[in-house]
Amino acid sequence: MDSVIKSLSDAIYYNLIREQRYMQFIQGLGISLQLTLYAAVLGTIIGLFMALAKLGRIKWLQGLATLYVDVIRGTPAVVQLVLIYYAILGSSNLPKIVVASVAFGINSGAYVCELIRAGILAVDRGQMEAARSLGFSYSHSMIYIIIPQAIKNILPALANEFIVLLKETAIAGYIALDDLTRAGNIVRGRTFDAYTPFIVVALIYLYITTILTWLLNKLEGRLRESD
Amino acid sequence: MIEVVNLHKYFGMLQVLKGVNTRIKKQEVVCVIGASGSGKSTFLRCLNLLEEPTSGEIIIDGIPLVEQRKDINRLRQKVGMVFQQFNLFPHMTVMENITLAPMKLKGMSKVEAHDKARDLLSKVGLPDKDNEYPNRLSGGQKQRVAIARALAMDPEVMLFDEPTSALDPEMVGEVLNVMKQLANEGMTMVVVTHEMGFAKEVGDRIMFMDEGIIYEEGAPQELFDNPQRDRTREFLGKVL
Repeated sequence: MDSVIKSLSDAIYYNLIREQRYMQFIQGLGISLQLTLYAAVLGTIIGLFMALAKLGRIKWLQGLATLYVDVIRGTPAVVQLVLIYYAILGSSNLPKIVVASVAFGINSGAYVCELIRAGILAVDRGQMEAARSLGFSYSHSMIYIIIPQAIKNILPALANEFIVLLKETAIAGYIALDDLTRAGNIVRGRTFDAYTPFIVVALIYLYITTILTWLLNKLEGRLRESD
Repeated sequence: MIEVVNLHKYFGMLQVLKGVNTRIKKQEVVCVIGASGSGKSTFLRCLNLLEEPTSGEIIIDGIPLVEQRKDINRLRQKVGMVFQQFNLFPHMTVMENITLAPMKLKGMSKVEAHDKARDLLSKVGLPDKDNEYPNRLSGGQKQRVAIARALAMDPEVMLFDEPTSALDPEMVGEVLNVMKQLANEGMTMVVVTHEMGFAKEVGDRIMFMDEGIIYEEGAPQELFDNPQRDRTREFLGKVL
């Protein structure tokens, strides 16, 4: 029993306390959260425009949006990240967090596009007909009638997408961005302890996603109330 | 006021309207009857271009179809429509449902639009429902709000697409009464309906549609009591 406690406290000491290694994790978490936030904002903007392009009647825009969604969803995120880093943005002197935010934003945009599209299509067809029959243009019908109703369908799925996105950003280490997962890697490299740093990393992710899931459930509850 | 010349409509390969010709005069109440699939709803929806006609001409107030297409939103402001499924906006109160279009499209002030909406709500017998959301209303109440919403734009014609077909039987009367009142006030109306009693009482003219054409038409007494053609007799024999 004593030896178990001893090895546990040693593990904590070497992996967290010594040389202020806990700061690695805290800074890593900060990077992961920032990255998720920027990518989520960018992904939502890209997704919204792509969804409107897909739903619209302009053929080449429709084709472009379809191609974008198919390519992004059909290739691994880590490959996209590395390609965007080296081939497209690596030649400039942009900070890595910006490059990674763009890469994850582009990736997330494809999934958000489909969420928004599905949310808009789920609004009853009669709503558009009623709005048009009153004399509203297509875009005004969208703005006043369809999108406010679609938002209710979209919000919970969108929040869920951001929780997924937080975990997806764990591959940012591939372009040497010091996110939470890479912090675990760095500490492991110093302590040669394979388990403890990643158990710490896993617990932090779990803690954050649990909070976000709890918030998501509250949001869903409130949306359902207003029905 | 509305003239329809040789109207054709295809859905892909399926021909739904096969040359519809008619004239609807101002203040006339036309009831369109017929079996389902006869093209009566499609005909009605062509009148405000919710369905795009494949060929033919629709002239409203002397303005031909080609011209209307350029200014389709203005045309629809003059042509009110009431749907079978009501299609009220569920995220808005009754008041907001009625005032949205006049305020946004006609630039009516909020005070003015609210006054008008209150008048219309009294007219359809729902003076105290202005702050309710549609899902709190019964089917009959929803449809009366939908009528008020369409009337708020001061349309010159009202189109009704089976307005009582989705209602419980006990609510049909309240909606038909509002429509009857509207007809008495001189509104031009085109009503697709299965309510033969209403058609007979309120209609100035009955149009029987069959397989994409106006198979027979006439004053209610003539058409209901003395139909001239086989399929009209057959249809009326089934529904009356």
